Amino acid sequence: MSVLVYLENWEGQFKKNTWEAALYASKTASMQGTEAIGVVIGNINESAEEAGKFGLSKVLHLTDAALASFDANRYAQAFANLAQENNASTIIISGTFNGKALAPALSIKHNAALLSNVVDLPTNVSPLTVKRGVFSGKGFNDLSSSEANNIILFVPNSIALEEGSGAASVENASFTAGDEKTVVVESVDRVKGKIPLPEAERVVSGGRGLKAPENWTMVEELAEVLDAGTACSKPVSDMDWRPHSEHVGQTGIAIKPNLYIAIGISGAIQHLAGVSASKTIVAINSDSEAPFFKAADYGIVGDAFQVVPKLTEELKKFKAAN
Amino acid sequence: MKVLVCISHVPDTTSKINFTADNSAFDKNGVQFVINPYDEFGLTRAVWLKEKQGAQVTVLNVGRAETEPTLRKALAIGADAAIRVDADPSDSFYVAQQIAAVAKEGAYDLIIAGRESIDYNGGQVPGMVASILNLPFINACVGMEVSDSEASLIREIDGGKEKVKASLPLVVGGQKGLVEEKDLRIPNMRGIMQARSKALDVRSPQEVEVKTNTGAFSKPAPKSAVKMIDADNVAELVRLLHEEAKVI
Repeated sequence: MSVLVYLENWEGQFKKNTWEAALYASKTASMQGTEAIGVVIGNINESAEEAGKFGLSKVLHLTDAALASFDANRYAQAFANLAQENNASTIIISGTFNGKALAPALSIKHNAALLSNVVDLPTNVSPLTVKRGVFSGKGFNDLSSSEANNIILFVPNSIALEEGSGAASVENASFTAGDEKTVVVESVDRVKGKIPLPEAERVVSGGRGLKAPENWTMVEELAEVLDAGTACSKPVSDMDWRPHSEHVGQTGIAIKPNLYIAIGISGAIQHLAGVSASKTIVAINSDSEAPFFKAADYGIVGDAFQVVPKLTEELKKFKAAN
Repeated sequence: MKVLVCISHVPDTTSKINFTADNSAFDKNGVQFVINPYDEFGLTRAVWLKEKQGAQVTVLNVGRAETEPTLRKALAIGADAAIRVDADPSDSFYVAQQIAAVAKEGAYDLIIAGRESIDYNGGQVPGMVASILNLPFINACVGMEVSDSEASLIREIDGGKEKVKASLPLVVGGQKGLVEEKDLRIPNMRGIMQARSKALDVRSPQEVEVKTNTGAFSKPAPKSAVKMIDADNVAELVRLLHEEAKVI
């Protein structure tokens, strides 16, 4: 028996999220009394041996040209093959865009139960039981599997990263395609120099209170000094002040950063649903009655156009001093 | 072109969520139900395919009779016919198997389901349907042009977008971007009248074993009271974020 984990890379680079998956898998494997094996797909610019620091002793590396671009069904076929060869009953996948597409397809191919939107390590191994988020941040549910094979799709930023020592051995693995139907990727358009949601550890978000899209400069400046991603409320995305990909909330992206700063966002229940899992929430609003203050850890009642630049200045001073 | 749009019947986004006294289930008391927001974008896109390319649009829900007003609303928005598989949507695998059976029998060219539903947030159904039927799958789809035999689609990826091509039939996990928020159709009086006479076919479910069991529900722990900081003392916020919250 073993646990397989998808060590995703982005244009050849691993991210913190990759190692969170590795650590999640090695902790799950030790609960099950077995070992965790990493799976890397495609050419990488750094060594996968790094996975050893997060408890993996072995990494399988697939470089078959058929896997050069992501396809849910084809990647599912690759994982199903490896799961069978390595007698893996549990597969760990992080809830990235590709992870969310891969997991359901793989659950059918691997005849597995899929436990998704999982927010912590498993609470029990027999039957495999997890805590999952439900009702878009408004609740949790204990879900258990009735299958021998399982896939856990966890929400990024669910467990704290701990780095040990050690290096994983990396072995090449081969891929045999099945009869799976695939898509053809024609072009990829990645925004450069931005920290994508939902992996951002810190997020600065703006709402209608910022009055106009040109006022986002101060949001971006604050985000820059914090190494934060930028986000927005639904009305702001609906008015096309900001791209859809920045919309956080019930019908946008659900995030759980360590720090969420909401500027000029009233805090409607639909917005809170997508951000309430954040560790620390700061609300800045000119309306002292804004519902966001009830959901926040720290609040400032004031004019964002004065408070935000001041906060950016103070953070710059703090960074210089620390 | 035959389009199947899968519709989840979910609590309205403004609903306060409560669980039954023994925490074993969601408490539906006093809750208003709507078409899952992620499904609405796919529904409007399908209605455009009907208007511009003569597609035939069927909406499908796996649920009990209580979901029929939601299906009637989808008919009023412009779908031609509705199917309800008369069963409790016990888990994602169960629902995906029901949808796959309907889709296979009806030989649909395009199957659209929201990338997730706002009640159980599983995000599993469209990908499972694609895999069961062995069809191409595009999740988090934010753009789609369909011709007779193939489709050109745009999907969201981490930090960007990807343009792909695939042959029909295929399965799409839909969201905002398939159409814009301002383009979403709402039922008008004529649509509501017409919906009354459209077919709503109730079918018996396939026999399928669920793969998961739902245990206790809980609510997030309440936040401790907010600490207010004076707008003239922003340095204090920086200190608290560093020393107390330890997030910077």
